Amino acid sequence: MSVRYGLLGLLRLAPAHGYQLRTDLVDVTGATWPLNIGQVYSTLQRLERDGLIEADDADPADGPERRRYRITQKGISDLDGWLAEAVPHENGPRSELVIKVAIAMSVPGTDVRSVLDAQRATTLMVLQQLTKTKRAADGKLAALAVEWMVLGAEAEIRWLDLCEAQLTKAESRGSR
Amino acid sequence: MTAILELLNVSRLFRQGSVEVAALSEVSLSVARGELVAVMGPSGSGKSTLLNIAGGLDWPTSGTVFVDGTDLGGLSAAELAGLRRGSLGYVFQELNLVRSLTAAENVALPLELDGRSARESRAEAIESLRVVGMADQVDRFPDEMSGGEQQRVAIARGLVGTRRLLLADEPTGALDSAAGEEIVSLLRRRCDAGCAALLVTHEARYAGWADRVVYLRDGAVVERASVSPDDDL
Ligand SMILES: Nc1ncnc2c1ncn2[C@@H]1O[C@H](COP(=O)(O)OP(=O)(O)OP(=O)(O)O)[C@@H](O)[C@H]1O
Ligand SMILES: [Mg+2]
Repeated sequence: MSVRYGLLGLLRLAPAHGYQLRTDLVDVTGATWPLNIGQVYSTLQRLERDGLIEADDADPADGPERRRYRITQKGISDLDGWLAEAVPHENGPRSELVIKVAIAMSVPGTDVRSVLDAQRATTLMVLQQLTKTKRAADGKLAALAVEWMVLGAEAEIRWLDLCEAQLTKAESRGSR
Repeated sequence: MTAILELLNVSRLFRQGSVEVAALSEVSLSVARGELVAVMGPSGSGKSTLLNIAGGLDWPTSGTVFVDGTDLGGLSAAELAGLRRGSLGYVFQELNLVRSLTAAENVALPLELDGRSARESRAEAIESLRVVGMADQVDRFPDEMSGGEQQRVAIARGLVGTRRLLLADEPTGALDSAAGEEIVSLLRRRCDAGCAALLVTHEARYAGWADRVVYLRDGAVVERASVSPDDDL
């Protein structure tokens, strides 16, 4: 879905070949998002089939790698509709981390803090890495894509803090 | 690597009524030239106590603190004051701006106390305020500024002059994420240029800028939750 509209959006700017589109999409969304050229070509073929893009006077026998695409009127209105629509909020309540901590807090004798600590260190290292990537992309659109991941990691650590606070509260209730 | 700050088995006990609280117990930590070290941990875990002791504003009950190889415990009051003014930059958790002084006067204060001329101090203060994005507010008083602006002035004061060790206790407290990032990236650049810094923060995004993260709980370093540069993903 997102690759489809990413490509459509780039074609809104100017006609382009598949390989150029791939480079540009990685540029604006950050190299952290793997995107292989095969996926780009198959998506372009579907967009063409649906009449959202068309190839410049291409020989129908040419493969997608030889074609230079441009957006159609139908493509433009499809893109505008997508831009105007909010993306449903993603929330994975069944993340492995949530399950792990819930189990750790339920199974008697588990060193819950040690579970939280290990996770904290791991996620902090991810944050350090992301921060380096973000610095390197400073000022570019890709930095915003990295920022999204920074916020995800930050949220995870805040959640670990909340878990620890809850644990501390439960312990002080227990000891009274 | 030269350690600019070194704490060896530092403990700090506080008497609270009839009980003794160990705000720090047996903490060892060294910060090298060029390093930015973040200190995290729950409220009351000893972060501010650690920073105060590192900056010679408080004393360990036992253990030793070295700044630039000098044992702080062996200094006279005057020597310690000289070291604090000359080499250390602080940003406190409660900002401690002097309300009767303008932004520039607040920032110039540590330089003037160190015997620099008023003109020179003011010029450096204005430069430091410019770096934190407060160039157009140098003659305003703290009461005329927003919380975030006061915070920037406090940071400019901590960074002014040639500090070798920066100690910042939640310097991003009143700032939104974008402004906070700017301040931390400023600390980062200072460290890259040869300073050393200890940054207390409870926000992981800022700790992401650090070379190392020291996690405190109940006054002790929790190795398992800490991150050193040799750790790998
Ligand atoms: N002057 C003091 N007298 C008595 N106890 C103190 C004193 N200063 C700090 N403490 C105690 O030492 C412990 C550590 O305090 P500290 O201020 O270092 O925590 P902190 O990690 O900075 O917390 P926060 O995140 O809330 O700022 C706390 O239990 C606190 O009550
Ligand atoms: Mg504190």
